[in-house]
Amino acid sequence: MAETLLQLSGISKTYPGVRALDDVNLRVDRGEVLGLIGENGAGKSTLMRVLGGVIAPSEGVIRIGGIDHAQMTVSEATRCGIAFVHQELNLFENLDVAANVFIGREQLTGGPLKLVDNAKMRARVTPLLERLGADFTPDTLVDNLSIAERQMVEIAKALSIDARVIIMDEPTSSLTISETERLLEVIADLKAHGISVIYISHRLGEIMSCADRVVVLRDGRTVGELARDELSHAAMIRLMIGRDLKALYTPPKQPPQPGGCDIAGVVTTAFPDRRIDLSVRRGEILGLAGLVGAGRTSLARAMFGVDPLLGGEIRIDNTAVEVASPRDAIRQGIYLVPEDRKRSGLVLELPIRENVTLASLLDYARMWLVDGAAERKIAKDQARNLSIKAPSIDTEAVTLSGGNQQKVVLGKWLSMQPRVMFFDEPTRGIDVGAKSEIYALMRELADQGVAIVMISSDMEEVIGVSDRVAVMHEGSISGMLERAQFSEYNVLRLAMGQELETRAPEAKEAAAP
Amino acid sequence: MMKKELGLLLLLVVIFAITGAINPAFLSVVNLLNLANLIGLFGVFALGEGLVIITGGIDLSLGSMFALLGVIFVDLLTTYQVPWPLALLLVLLGGLALGGIQGFLITRLKMQPFIVTLCGLLIYRGAARYYTSDSTRGFGYGDEAATLSNIASGNVAGIPNTFIFLIILALILGVLLHRSVYGRWLYAVGKNEEAARFSGINTNIVIATAYIISGGLAGVSTVMFVFYTNSVSPSSFGNFYELYAIAAAVLGGCSLRGGEGSILGIVLGTALLQVLQNLVNILGIPNSLNFAVMGTVILIGVLADQQLQARRRRKAALAGLARTAPKPTLAQGKPTTAPRGAAALSAATDEQT
Repeated sequence: MAETLLQLSGISKTYPGVRALDDVNLRVDRGEVLGLIGENGAGKSTLMRVLGGVIAPSEGVIRIGGIDHAQMTVSEATRCGIAFVHQELNLFENLDVAANVFIGREQLTGGPLKLVDNAKMRARVTPLLERLGADFTPDTLVDNLSIAERQMVEIAKALSIDARVIIMDEPTSSLTISETERLLEVIADLKAHGISVIYISHRLGEIMSCADRVVVLRDGRTVGELARDELSHAAMIRLMIGRDLKALYTPPKQPPQPGGCDIAGVVTTAFPDRRIDLSVRRGEILGLAGLVGAGRTSLARAMFGVDPLLGGEIRIDNTAVEVASPRDAIRQGIYLVPEDRKRSGLVLELPIRENVTLASLLDYARMWLVDGAAERKIAKDQARNLSIKAPSIDTEAVTLSGGNQQKVVLGKWLSMQPRVMFFDEPTRGIDVGAKSEIYALMRELADQGVAIVMISSDMEEVIGVSDRVAVMHEGSISGMLERAQFSEYNVLRLAMGQELETRAPEAKEAAAP
Repeated sequence: MMKKELGLLLLLVVIFAITGAINPAFLSVVNLLNLANLIGLFGVFALGEGLVIITGGIDLSLGSMFALLGVIFVDLLTTYQVPWPLALLLVLLGGLALGGIQGFLITRLKMQPFIVTLCGLLIYRGAARYYTSDSTRGFGYGDEAATLSNIASGNVAGIPNTFIFLIILALILGVLLHRSVYGRWLYAVGKNEEAARFSGINTNIVIATAYIISGGLAGVSTVMFVFYTNSVSPSSFGNFYELYAIAAAVLGGCSLRGGEGSILGIVLGTALLQVLQNLVNILGIPNSLNFAVMGTVILIGVLADQQLQARRRRKAALAGLARTAPKPTLAQGKPTTAPRGAAALSAATDEQT
């Protein structure tokens, strides 16, 4: 029996209205690779942040090396030998490798002058890089390194603090195949030196090849554990799915009408070697599912003219349209409700009224002078139709709740004539009541003949709201699901890049309309 | 809702009262008219600077523009005997063109406003000095542009024309900034360029236009200053004037982070600045302390304003919490990272000049 290095018992984390972690138990043995999997939002990242001391758990005990902690600070976690290799790398590009490895713990010289001893730091980093088989030197500027090389720097940093557990969160999401293989070799080497690795990934193939044991999270709970010899794609996916999906679905009033938006062979900047073909009819809500980073947001940005289109054609109602800027897109009736509403959707410091009319102000102006009365009228109409809860239309958007902010973004577009609307994670960070209001609004829009594409990482939303679901995997559409085929299992298989099983889909819980 | 402007006005009145009480000469008609003239001269280009600052940028090149456009203007009238309407037009176009070039570099080539306009400051000054071989240009005893001179430096019923120009320009720009579609876009771009772009606003054109307007107003100011001093010494004409403009805009409520400020505020800021200088003279404070007094007042003014903003924002946040659902959301918990409040903005956009 291997020595237990780390034991999490009964960890819970509650945010107002949300239970992000619920009685999670997790054990890591010395020198083992623990695979940690789960859907988007299952709580993996939250759990790892608890372990890294970034957030404090509401309940539970973290036991490391026989000592119990109710919570940890980042420096305690570091001292206990827990190191992170971040999903978004946390390196200073303007500094060299050695400086990054020793950031915050710089080796000093010159006594009271406290000068940084670059030579000493570089000398100490060199053997670490050799051990990782890296072919760059400690004085290389991080700016000049590839993503894979930067990861090596992160791992070197972990080794330099004598880490006993290294947490890798989606480490291969931007690596090439050979770089991935190289990383897996490094992991095997770490393991041989008695260092444990918690490996978080959506790529089940990698989990299969490197994990000694897999723990599955779902809705903030540990729902299962698979030993090395129990590992299979099907077994892992089955454990990841299976939560209760509430019946959200409202069928359209009429079948989808011809026309709508056709995306033919579109190439986005995020995946220049992939082509996307997708069609959404008027009156239809098309769910766009996939893992984070599968290229869904890039597609929406390209469609809205934010990012350049590298190829392909966009047709609306069978007419090709040119979309070189958001202005063009808006003129064509293509609107985007962006993922980050505070940054891209709203000017937070402006009142509701000015946000609603921001995109269409010229329609409420005569000779470029704003017609205040017309503007107030349209803003009031939108506030009433969308039941935006605010003292008045002159309330600044910053003081509104997430749901009401999102409604202001919607109000901006609904005051115009949408033909195709992209919703990118429309209900993220929004409370349940406002969620269902937004779903109802989307359905209403569809029934008015708008073609709707809803990007969502929330399985309940994807299955419960969409008329059809397209799934993206690494930059292209990996499959289409009709309502009869809707199931968490099928969506997840496609999202992981696997074929649908040919036998009858397990779609009972999704229920046909 | 224009608390900031009201506060400035109050401050002006208090300074007037105190200074007038100490030295009644301050309130004499001669002194007040002189003050009005200076406010007019320094207000016009401060308005342009204000627009640029609202975009989140800065224009450091104004003083040097005065020198370059000034020597060209005098030369056109004296050496080349160009009719004054044409000379005036050429100088205005020159200002617009310089603003346009700076706007292009900033928006299209994505250079930082500070760098572009700092280089403008150096280049225009150098060009002016080279062009004249560092010699002062002035009008002879002939009256090359008597009509224009009368317009630029004359008065109507005793009120200096420069001051009247400023009021007219402020009214026009007030409508542009606070009532027009362009003004709304300017604030939106200054506050959140990305959201503005996501709303289909051509942010590049909006920003470049602000620099072009600033350049054009610099052209107007050039003509006014030329007839104020009657000569242009290329190495000192307009030196540091851009800093007066920035100071006036900041004092008047513009935030260097963009998105905040009003025309009335900028005019009041200019007035306050000129009053302070005048006060230094009148009260017999050593002239050498002039800048120090200005700096201190701006520092205290902006600090006080920031504290008031923070307090107002805390109140608003608390009110927001009490008003909405029991569970706090992120937006209400920590209202904004911007140091200056949303309250100020709506105050600025709602006010009328």
